[in-house]
Amino acid sequence: MPQKSIRQAINEALQQEMRRDPRVIVIGEDVAGGAGSQGQRDAYGGVLGVTKGLIGEFGESRVIDTPISESAIIGAAAGAAVTGLRPVAELMFCDFLGVCFDQILNQAAKFRYMFGGKAKTPLVIRTMIGAGRSAAAQHSQSLYHIFTAVPGLKCVVPSNAYDAKGLLIQAIRDDDPVIFCEHKLMYDLRDEVPDEPYTIPFGEANIVREGDDVTVVALSRMVHYASEAADSLAADGIACEIIDPRTTSPLDEDTILDSVARTGRLVVVDEATPRCSLAGDIAALVAEKAFAALKAPPKRVTAPHTPVPFAPSLEKLYIPSPERIAAAIREVYGYGR
Amino acid sequence: MGVLSARLSHRAAAMNPAIRAITMPKWGLTMTEGKVVGWLKREGERFAAGEELLEIETPKITNVVEMPEAGTLRRIVAPAGTTLPVGALLAVVADQDVPEAEIDAFLAGFAPPAPVAAEAAAEAAPAVREIAAGAARLRILEMGEGAAAVVLLHGFGAGLDTWMFVQPALATQHRTIALDLPGHGGSTKAVGAGDPDSLAGAVEAGLAALGAARLHLVGHSLGGAIAALLALRRPERTASLTLIAAAGLGREINGAFIDAFLAATRRREAAEALALLVHDPALVSRKMVEDVLRYKRLDGVAAALAAIAASWFAGGRQQVDLTERIAGLAVPVQVIWGREDRIIPAAHAERLRSRFPVHILEQSGHLPHMEKAAEVGRLVRSFIAAAA
Repeated sequence: MPQKSIRQAINEALQQEMRRDPRVIVIGEDVAGGAGSQGQRDAYGGVLGVTKGLIGEFGESRVIDTPISESAIIGAAAGAAVTGLRPVAELMFCDFLGVCFDQILNQAAKFRYMFGGKAKTPLVIRTMIGAGRSAAAQHSQSLYHIFTAVPGLKCVVPSNAYDAKGLLIQAIRDDDPVIFCEHKLMYDLRDEVPDEPYTIPFGEANIVREGDDVTVVALSRMVHYASEAADSLAADGIACEIIDPRTTSPLDEDTILDSVARTGRLVVVDEATPRCSLAGDIAALVAEKAFAALKAPPKRVTAPHTPVPFAPSLEKLYIPSPERIAAAIREVYGYGR
Repeated sequence: MGVLSARLSHRAAAMNPAIRAITMPKWGLTMTEGKVVGWLKREGERFAAGEELLEIETPKITNVVEMPEAGTLRRIVAPAGTTLPVGALLAVVADQDVPEAEIDAFLAGFAPPAPVAAEAAAEAAPAVREIAAGAARLRILEMGEGAAAVVLLHGFGAGLDTWMFVQPALATQHRTIALDLPGHGGSTKAVGAGDPDSLAGAVEAGLAALGAARLHLVGHSLGGAIAALLALRRPERTASLTLIAAAGLGREINGAFIDAFLAATRRREAAEALALLVHDPALVSRKMVEDVLRYKRLDGVAAALAAIAASWFAGGRQQVDLTERIAGLAVPVQVIWGREDRIIPAAHAERLRSRFPVHILEQSGHLPHMEKAAEVGRLVRSFIAAAA
């Protein structure tokens, strides 16, 4: 089976869905690049090259470069969605959600409900999350917990190329607004990805690794750091079960609860800040629904409650590391023994 | 120094061909390593032909390794719990009278194949390829050489890797071709009505492209019925026909299983459905369930499987009964079934017992070629040899 990067997998998903359904359009800043200027069309193909090649095949009416105005991009896309198109809009950095939050929170998320089911909003918003490139405080956040908190939105957080393609195709075919969170450091991560289109259902977690000692729930890039931590712990005889929820909304509660029922111990690894986070949400869910099975308090490994630092040395301390994750797992494993 | 030790090992092997290396087998297309779960014999212990020697676990599946010939386990190289690449030395087996010094020399001279990274292994497997079969493209796995070809046809919802325990051993003596049926594996997913004639026709077109003049047909479940149809169409080309838990030999089929398999979109549903296929539930690993789901989620698969199920198993009854026609075949036919088959009852095998050899295997469900792979392999090999 061919190996593809997350970038290629996302590009392929967009290309295949745009071929299959003429209502699918792509809209955002520099999704082609160079609109209105002299020079090469598709100069950019997206700030990190994810949408390259699309304008060549599908043309300017379906691959739309916009001004720098997130409220316009998301507002236009939301309107396009309720009037019959299936837009894939790009919110380049999730950090910019402030500028278009009304369009997401009060418009797109609520149309279906407030129009009594007479409207549907088949909108996908692709957005970048994640720290680690010294992009500093306004370009490095992971804000999936804010999207997750909004009823009416679905939120997808893939950790590998196979999941990215299947989940994006699923998102485009879904009739509800879906926020698709791409970690900006993972675009070159490769995996076996079928050439054919395929889907992955929302609300089904992936069990990345099986183990009976500690349940480790991790999101996005943290899935890979958790796997590194688990490798080092396996040498000491600690078997971790690593669960990648893949979608934070809907969340696959059953897989997490079944795992904790067996291990009795939980660590949640989340690159985002700790207050009102996915880490807190999942820990509370487990404490409430699997209390009898727990042998140790759930532990959350997150960023500190600060903006993302610019200095590389500080940013390194900010992001949960495999060492910090392994220490947390050891602590939970050893509790009460 | 390397050349010298290679010569020594050659001489050691030439001195005593009774010394055999037991190495990590390769099960399926992507296996790169396996874990020794446990040894079923101790060092110094003798074993008979057909006895189990050790249990190996891969992410995909766990199975035992059976010894084809009698001998003595002389040296265990890989203790229980070790994980090693495909081809790595696990043990040395020899007759009891072979001196220890020769075993030592054999060990010193043994050179395993260089470990291959998963990516390179998957991409460089030249035996897997696509062939044109009329309007469709079929994925095939070809192994081994020979004049006649052993054609392996899988069942409903499965793929060519269902033969992973059987094909490599067969390939040491024959040209073997395992195909993905239309709608399955890596083949074209469009199946039209998915009826018996069109599926058999697609396989026929593929076989024509492969230029095999004489065929030993081996089919499991739905693939068994297709193999029978191919034999009925061209008996003069068919050297032998092996039917393993085949469809087409009666009306009964577990319709609830078919429905559950079609409906399963999530892990739990799929695991419950797949558990019906086997006698030992431990055979269905998480990775196997994941592989089935990944296949089912490809565009076109749901429609293909639904069409085939409607054509072949509508209303929980098999729509095709080939028993009378197969009974009239002037071709060697054998029938293999698992006693505990919960999908197609073993009673169907009994309907041909007066005409052909029938083997009912104990402790096996609907997948005897996986649950009792060594025995099925032996039955197929000896049947092919007798029919040649």
